[in-house]
Amino acid sequence: MSGDAPRISGSSVVKLARGVRLREDPVRGQTVLLAPESAMALDDIAVAIVEALDGKRSLERIAADFAEKFDAPVARIAEDVETFIHELAVRRMLEIVE
Amino acid sequence: MRTSVTSAGDIARDIPRAPPPMAMLAELTHRCPLACPYCSNPIELTRANEELSTEEWIGVFRQAADLGVLHLHLSGGEPASRRDLVELTRAAVSLGLYTNLITSGVGLTGARIGSLADAGLDHLQLSLQGVSPESADRIGGYQGGYERKMAVAAWVAGAGIPLTLNAVCHRENMGEIDAMIELAIRLKARRVEIATVQFHGWAERNKAALMPTREQVERATRTVAEAREKYQGVLVIDYVPADYHSRYPKACMGGWGRVGLNVTPSGRVLPCHAAETIPSLSFENVRETSLAAIWYDSDAFNAYRGEDWMPELCRSCERKKVDFGGCRCQAMALAGDASATDPVCIRSPLRERLTREADALSTTQSAGLIYRGR
Repeated sequence: MSGDAPRISGSSVVKLARGVRLREDPVRGQTVLLAPESAMALDDIAVAIVEALDGKRSLERIAADFAEKFDAPVARIAEDVETFIHELAVRRMLEIVE
Repeated sequence: MRTSVTSAGDIARDIPRAPPPMAMLAELTHRCPLACPYCSNPIELTRANEELSTEEWIGVFRQAADLGVLHLHLSGGEPASRRDLVELTRAAVSLGLYTNLITSGVGLTGARIGSLADAGLDHLQLSLQGVSPESADRIGGYQGGYERKMAVAAWVAGAGIPLTLNAVCHRENMGEIDAMIELAIRLKARRVEIATVQFHGWAERNKAALMPTREQVERATRTVAEAREKYQGVLVIDYVPADYHSRYPKACMGGWGRVGLNVTPSGRVLPCHAAETIPSLSFENVRETSLAAIWYDSDAFNAYRGEDWMPELCRSCERKKVDFGGCRCQAMALAGDASATDPVCIRSPLRERLTREADALSTTQSAGLIYRGR
């Protein structure tokens, strides 16, 4: 049996796995990412990243789009996206489209 | 552009006393086809004719969503024993609740799982009593149970519902943890929960038969650590270690009245599953009182919130915000005082006696299993 986790790189296209969803939490005034036994409170940037996981664009493409939109260095944005995506992947919250 | 990500527990941490609840466990029924010796439900079960009706449950779900509950766990007994399970699921999902079904699998068919998926069920948690038909059906006390579980897992995967396998480990199956993890992967589960038996409710009667040995506990902890590394990104492994063999108590329920609440089949609202074992407390019912009033104002929920109730040993301890003094029901059961320091804490004066008792129980050869009556 293979214990190899699927590798995610800049060219990967991912989306939220079934059973993982974003919702508004009006009682606490925040946006949360819900998954089995977990609720993550996300800041605006994390929300933007999650919303960009459309199952069509690669992570590189998403970082480039953010760099243009927010007029920020692409390398730094790519690093932030990668860190957050890694955290979601370890928690089995992503589905790899390609 | 740093992202801050916190777990459910962290959200509650910065809010003053009595934050809104995150999670609700709805014990839809106490009926169950299995007879597990480690059942943590009370000795005295609620009868079917006392259960909340469909409309009453949906009303409770609505109040829970308004109160701030994000996760709803549909549990029991066996929740599939309720004929209105699909209807209840649909109602919960429509209220925005993240809906998780905790089931033995017995009572579910391919068609019913399809209906649950259509109703929007977010996640399903399937219990496992062992990794072979012989061992699983012996512990569950139900012939054919294992086979049904394997079929259920395949239907769940086919319907696309995320799956967690959930196993209680104890002296008889502690050596099967590796095999449980392998089985979880084979069944396409994303998560596995391996929880060491806790001696609440019926399980207390089987303490001598189920108490793991110290050696088993140490081996299990190593096995889990290795498997977590090996399967990172493939399978999330949640493990509840044996607290009788730990240095510090568990942060039971994430703190009393702080993160979650339980509703019994007949509508009593409890701060935790076993809270009714504390004789000094009385519990209110959603048939008479609103969920919000019970959560914020009832004596039972306020009894062990914050630090005022704590003995000096806990109040002066730097871990009081880590484990909140441990488990109140365990303090009741082992110290005879629900506001005592949890006796599994190494700082508790009762700890040494408890260690001796646990070691003696774990080497009791003659203990047979006492099955839960049906």
